[in-house]
Amino acid sequence: MIELENVAYSYGGGELLSEVSLKLSPGSFHFLTGPSGSGKTTFLRLCYGALTPTAGHAQLFGRDVRDMTRDDVAMTRRRIGVVHQDCQFLDHLPLAENVALPLIVSGRDTLQEQTNLKDLLGWCGLSHRAKALPPELSGGERQRAALARAVIMSPDVILADEPTGNVDYEMSQRLMTLLIELNRMGKTIMIATHDLGIIRSTKSQVQARVLRIVNRRLQLAGADL
Amino acid sequence: MKALRDRFNTLMSGEGPADRVVPPTGFTASLTLFASAVMAFLAVFALALSLATGRLAHDWGAELARSATLRISAPEDQIEAQTQAALRVLETTEGVATARALGSDEQRALLAPWFGPDLPVDELPIPQLIEIVEEPQGFDAAGLRLRLQAEVPGAVLDDHSRWRRPLVRAAERLRALGWLSILLIGGAMGAVITLAANAALAANAQVITVLRLVGARDVFIARAFVRRFTIRALVGAGIGMIAGCLAILALPAAQDEGGFLTGLGFQGLQWLWPLVVPPVAAAVAFWATRSAANRTLKDLA
Ligand SMILES: Nc1ncnc2c1ncn2[C@@H]1O[C@H](COP(=O)(O)OP(=O)(O)OP(=O)(O)O)[C@@H](O)[C@H]1O
Ligand SMILES: [Mg+2]
Repeated sequence: MIELENVAYSYGGGELLSEVSLKLSPGSFHFLTGPSGSGKTTFLRLCYGALTPTAGHAQLFGRDVRDMTRDDVAMTRRRIGVVHQDCQFLDHLPLAENVALPLIVSGRDTLQEQTNLKDLLGWCGLSHRAKALPPELSGGERQRAALARAVIMSPDVILADEPTGNVDYEMSQRLMTLLIELNRMGKTIMIATHDLGIIRSTKSQVQARVLRIVNRRLQLAGADL
Repeated sequence: MKALRDRFNTLMSGEGPADRVVPPTGFTASLTLFASAVMAFLAVFALALSLATGRLAHDWGAELARSATLRISAPEDQIEAQTQAALRVLETTEGVATARALGSDEQRALLAPWFGPDLPVDELPIPQLIEIVEEPQGFDAAGLRLRLQAEVPGAVLDDHSRWRRPLVRAAERLRALGWLSILLIGGAMGAVITLAANAALAANAQVITVLRLVGARDVFIARAFVRRFTIRALVGAGIGMIAGCLAILALPAAQDEGGFLTGLGFQGLQWLWPLVVPPVAAAVAFWATRSAANRTLKDLA
């Protein structure tokens, strides 16, 4: 699905990531850890085609990112749900419409998906805030809305950048349950997080691998976590 | 009234979820609407000018090509003889199709606007007029004058062209200027819409980023903007066009004596021309917004 081969990336200075190779197979569950500023967000951006590698090859669904047109990238993003670290919304639309935005831009019938949308908002504890505008939401509510928006299209892959950064333990467990549920349905999941507690409790429920960025390289962490 | 305004607002903001992704912009919207209305208003006048001057140039040009007048002033007892002589000369002049002495009724009709209908034409020493109809290639006015001088001393040839030709030229210029104005108005409209669209695109950079992130294709994003500006231009130009037509209707009706000035307007089927203005304005807005959007989007990540 997502395949990185000897990928390197630099924002203009020195290389931030080097010799990164990874193959995400369907149905896999990955955690991504590493110190702040080590390049987790950058790595995820490479995985959804927002950045093009400065060296090596990145393939999304069998196509090299370099050969993709802007429309190809757009179509790919409909198959990859992303929870961004800085959750960005359309501030003039209520939360429910923001969550449904991927459906709207891909021309799906939003009326048909109304029950889906309601269930999803309920699961994320956002039902009572459905009509609120994004600027009126708390940090945790925004993160939950971002997760809901990432999964509404039922994408093949879900990439989440610190999805539990601003929520309490109970809510983070709830969100993880949603992601684990989706993984059991065959979705490929990758979560960048600092929270070792989350990683531990998840590993007890699902077979998850932990990747760590150390010294610009991507390493598979041992079983010691 | 309120229902009407609501419907108008729905049209302006665009219906359906796809159009709601770009936030409404009240002030820019009214400016675009205003600019389109003004441009359409001006375009209607430029159209009227072009069509009226075109009509004028055509009518005058046709007359000019076909007719001339010979005026014979002589003592009363010689008029008849000189008229016959002049007709003989004209008959043998190359390029003259027919020549006909006007009867006193016709002369009176011609003079009536100046002297009133009760003019006793027969008793006044007014000149005899001979109407000359030319053949398409025309005749040699200078040569004819020479011959007349010799045989009909009292004859003065008025070939109309002397004073009408420059007027026809002026009318043709005016018509060309009218069309040029229409082109310029269209260009200015495109420029204004492009500026407005660029401002809207810049103001909505964040919106565009979010839309791209969730998988919107460029055409979807562009369409949200294009639709808006096209509708605004169409509605604005419609309003301006109606105002322009009303203003032209309010002008005094065309009269023979007024000539060019009061003839400014549309006649018959020409009234269909202003209807072309709003669709053309919409097309200009569509094209301007689409190219602005495509330019902006191509430069984004
Ligand atoms: N657009 C950019 N231009 C230049 N440098 C950037 C850009 N984005 C990130 N960086 C730099 O690249 C490095 C890695 O950033 P990144 O956001 O990938 O880190 P991260 O691992 O996600 O950190 P955190 O855990 O704090 O979110 C940082 O030093 C950051 O300053
Ligand atoms: Mg980060």
